[in-house]
Amino acid sequence: MAIFLTKESKVIVQGMTGSEGQKHTRRMLASGTNIVGGVNPRKAGQSVDFDGTEVPVFGTVKEAIEKTGADVTVIFVPEKFTKDAVVEAIDAEIPLAVVITEGIAVHDTASFWAYAGKKGNKTRIIGPNCPGLITPGQSNAGIIPADITKPGRIGLVSKSGTLTYQMMYELRDIGFSTCVGIGGDPIIGTTHIDALKAFQDDPDTDLIVMIGEIGGDAEERAAAFIKENVTKPVVGYVAGFTAPEGKTMGHAGAIVSGSSGTAQAKKEALEAAGVKVGKTPTETAKLAREILAG
Amino acid sequence: MLAETAPEILEEYYVSFLLDRANRTFLSIASVEGGMEIEEVAATRPDAVAKIAVDAIDGVDQAKAQEIVAAAKFPAEVADKVADVLVKLWEVFIKEDALLVEVNPLAKVASGDVIALDGKVSLDENAEFRHPEFEELHDKAAANPLEAAAKEKNLNYVKLDGEVGIIGNGAGLVMSTLDVVAYAGEAHKGVKPANFLDIGGGASAEVMANGLEIILGDPDVKSVFVNVFGGITACDAVANGIVQALELLESKGEEVTKPLVVRLDGNNAELGRKILDDRKHPLVQRVDTMDGAADKAAELAAAAK
Repeated sequence: MAIFLTKESKVIVQGMTGSEGQKHTRRMLASGTNIVGGVNPRKAGQSVDFDGTEVPVFGTVKEAIEKTGADVTVIFVPEKFTKDAVVEAIDAEIPLAVVITEGIAVHDTASFWAYAGKKGNKTRIIGPNCPGLITPGQSNAGIIPADITKPGRIGLVSKSGTLTYQMMYELRDIGFSTCVGIGGDPIIGTTHIDALKAFQDDPDTDLIVMIGEIGGDAEERAAAFIKENVTKPVVGYVAGFTAPEGKTMGHAGAIVSGSSGTAQAKKEALEAAGVKVGKTPTETAKLAREILAG
Repeated sequence: MLAETAPEILEEYYVSFLLDRANRTFLSIASVEGGMEIEEVAATRPDAVAKIAVDAIDGVDQAKAQEIVAAAKFPAEVADKVADVLVKLWEVFIKEDALLVEVNPLAKVASGDVIALDGKVSLDENAEFRHPEFEELHDKAAANPLEAAAKEKNLNYVKLDGEVGIIGNGAGLVMSTLDVVAYAGEAHKGVKPANFLDIGGGASAEVMANGLEIILGDPDVKSVFVNVFGGITACDAVANGIVQALELLESKGEEVTKPLVVRLDGNNAELGRKILDDRKHPLVQRVDTMDGAADKAAELAAAAK
């Protein structure tokens, strides 16, 4: 078991023939992901050779699903076309769409998110502007390096890509069930709460590490959710204590306006819900170790 | 410049459309008690401020506008006029890829008309691909010169007021680095981070060199902390970038006097560390943990303060 992604997952790549798509399809294949196809209407019927593995290119997501039984799509389509790519995935009712593309206009994200809702939320969306997710030893859908850590019993959910890697590295000897990078944009599909719920229900996850950052109130809402619904131990980390108000720190969502959305407010909300919060990634990893050691 | 006769204002209203992150949609906010004290009204009498969710696909038509007008209890004699303003304002919000469009005050004047007296718009930088005209709106004169130089080189840089220059990859890791340096600084004369600089995923040696050049050019910087966890970014490229930047600056006759603390982990970390070790630059030192490296960088900045 794991969450959202297992060795049974059949993965297609929208934008596989582009430079980013090719680079990361090769990496995903190398880490054991079952990639069953790519999608590009202009190259339908062709195939791409990845070090000896021939991956067919389909004209549409729908066709790829019909021919391969694909149940996950990873989207590397450039930001101008990402909205259309996600809408196509939603129309094809693929169960999981992982949107890696960064720099998407927030009106486009709002639009495809509203569209998913109107279509009954049959497609789980992760991202946009995220590193994707990995279930170590089973499957890797996105750009998370597969060689940082091994299978284990920690679940990780994070807004930040590099902090995901850092935390996987800190706890690499213990290993992870699934690591999910949900992205730091103002609007994202899968939230901390969605991942917390899935990890709570996953028999192979014993402890959850949750990484947040300044901006919005997702961490505060996650804290309220944890208090009511999560019985597994949760360890938290929040980045951005020293970020000044009113400045965007790289992630479109990471901007503090007024008193809400500060790292301090998020830390306090999490601690009030019984979450142990570390001051640094290393201290956070230490807290996780202490809990697992009993 | 636009000059008009000052109309006699009878009432001041407030209307806006904005992004609602928590509900992952858009929101309209409207109040018949607009003007300077709208924040005060919202805080003390939330009932006087109507907040209505707007679906990103359905948008705001006459019916939706009337719903907002009714929720905010606009007087009957201005209801249709305010609804017209809302429909037009929504068109601007969509067409311009805005994060906020606000009219405050929206005034009822003696003639009975409803006119916008002041407004505010925030635009989405990510939508620049649809709006090449946004580029002209950047106030280049107002930007800090270091920020302007960084923008020229497509670097994600924010100037802060401390002494430790920071370079890292990934917004989350760099934000975290600022925090770790600030904590470390508590034991070292209170030194703080001098900037935020994210060289992004898959950064090349050139990007690293550009970043370092900006940071070393900041007179406030007393030491530099390069904190990289190589996911896509290869640490050997980062190390080469550091070496190249130092050589480039020295070849220009600029004396590099500020110490650099470098922490490399992840993709090709061993190769990257070896490149730095082989170069043996007197100002560059490796510390292989994030907390340890932050402490060393803070200590060096404090010593030079």
